[in-house]
Amino acid sequence: MFRQKPRYVALPQAARATVGEEVDRLSCPKCEIALEPARLEAAHRVCYRCGYHFRLRAGERIEMLLDPNTFEEEGQDVVATDVLGFNDSQPYVTRIEKSRAETGLNEAAVWGEGVVGGHRVVTVVLDFAFMGGSMGAATGEKITTAIERAIHRRLPLIIVSASGGARMQEGVLSLMQMAKTSAALGRLAAVRVPFFSLLTDPTMGGVTASFASVADVILAEPGAMIGFAGSRVIQQATYETLPEGFQTAEFLLKHGMIDMVVPRAELPATFRQLLDLYDHQPVEPAQPVEAPVPATRPAIVP
Amino acid sequence: MSANGSGPASAWTQVELARHVDRPYSLDYIQAIFRNFIELHGDRLFGDDHALIGGPASLDGQTVMVIAQQKGRTTAERALRNFGMANPEGYRKALRLVRQAERFQFPIIAFVDTPAAFPGAGAEERGIAWAIAENLVAFSQLAVPIVTLVVGEGGSGGALGIGVGDRLLMMEHSIYSVAPPETCASILWRDISHKVEAAEALKLTARDLHGLGLVDEVVPEPVGGAQNDYGLAADAAGAAVRRHLSALTAIPIARLLQERYERYRRIGLSPAQPSVKTVRRARQP
Repeated sequence: MFRQKPRYVALPQAARATVGEEVDRLSCPKCEIALEPARLEAAHRVCYRCGYHFRLRAGERIEMLLDPNTFEEEGQDVVATDVLGFNDSQPYVTRIEKSRAETGLNEAAVWGEGVVGGHRVVTVVLDFAFMGGSMGAATGEKITTAIERAIHRRLPLIIVSASGGARMQEGVLSLMQMAKTSAALGRLAAVRVPFFSLLTDPTMGGVTASFASVADVILAEPGAMIGFAGSRVIQQATYETLPEGFQTAEFLLKHGMIDMVVPRAELPATFRQLLDLYDHQPVEPAQPVEAPVPATRPAIVP
Repeated sequence: MSANGSGPASAWTQVELARHVDRPYSLDYIQAIFRNFIELHGDRLFGDDHALIGGPASLDGQTVMVIAQQKGRTTAERALRNFGMANPEGYRKALRLVRQAERFQFPIIAFVDTPAAFPGAGAEERGIAWAIAENLVAFSQLAVPIVTLVVGEGGSGGALGIGVGDRLLMMEHSIYSVAPPETCASILWRDISHKVEAAEALKLTARDLHGLGLVDEVVPEPVGGAQNDYGLAADAAGAAVRRHLSALTAIPIARLLQERYERYRRIGLSPAQPSVKTVRRARQP
């Protein structure tokens, strides 16, 4: 779950400037052609030959999905707590601090309000680079707070998942985040606010089995691995030969588990289309209108 | 070290007791506690799952809906029960039954005893994660009291898939874990032989979880474990279920649902707990 080789081209914003040489030698893990960084960037980090989708960092995802400069992050002060005093080959506290230093994030989830296709939304993005995008109590707290914001403000919710599942170092506290986020989504559904879930590579375990899969519309990126149990666990348990393309986005589409597989470049337009159809609230301007408000206009008392 | 002074061996001892082959399984408790249990079958979508069973039963004259994960003891039973590992059909049958319970205002009693939801290709194809997730949402909103009792193994999402409710009770030697200690060891230690340390680190015993405030009551078992006296174990379980159920029945439903929401909402939220030292970072885009 946490052992998979990282498939990023991206590094934290701060470190990106120094990585030019490494990116120059980048090749596609699927079709193995050498990739030009500039062209890859322009293609939203999708191999321009075979369509292989590289994993995105949370910041990059927000950049490509939201209308420019509309994202306002919230809850950055929510941080993981080592309630169990967990210590495997290294203390959980050390792992957390390492992840923070490497990713520049405080937790695996980033959330805030922003605008997508002219619609104001609440959005949550999971970052696989932060402890495999695993859901601990702080992660669950951020996701739940975001859902409650969407309920309170009646704003459509978009969650972009990339996660190995529950965070083992927090034991049952982590498991219960599945119930916590799902209960909040039940309330969101009750107030008729739409929820769109985008599954990206990889989305597994307790994340698939909770908030990620109870959306009104479920989208996935091409080739993304999505499922509950990992294929190694399944093979060990059942000795089954797994079908070709098992647990890919395309496999799930075929089996009726998701609504659509959308190439990354088409995601902003697809979300816009969905929001145009589902979100009938008056559209707030993304930026404050330049024209001055007439002085005679009566004050609005809330 | 947990509050009762148990060390690593002790957490592992609890794991072994929770999985003890002679331990009473859900149906043993159901038959001892309730009268007139009628098992209902099928999810009306695909099939019937013998690892996750359920149906109405009578508790002191009141009809309740019982749902339970069921393990098998003999080889044939184990095969039939799939070692207590439910497929999507099981979770969808449970959903059908609890919705029915809500309609008829039957309180729900859930017995948890599963190593995990079934990790199989078919389970994935039919959306095991979707089935569990749908139950988490539904159970959080059912307008009837729900009491959950972990009788043996509370295995991860597979347990939680019928485990959301108003009270969580655990038999003294049962466990509840985010992952089996073997899996945890193989992922974090990269060596399955560290399962004993993993079991300790996960804080998966009933006492540990009670100490963390996640469990409402630890139900005492006969000396040495429930396998030594089914009658005593079932009596204690029955008494605890009755007590919690009657307390819940007295709560107006709107308040019950609000309390159920808050019960999960506050998990992981404790200002009193020392947080990992915050490293200030530049604001992310």
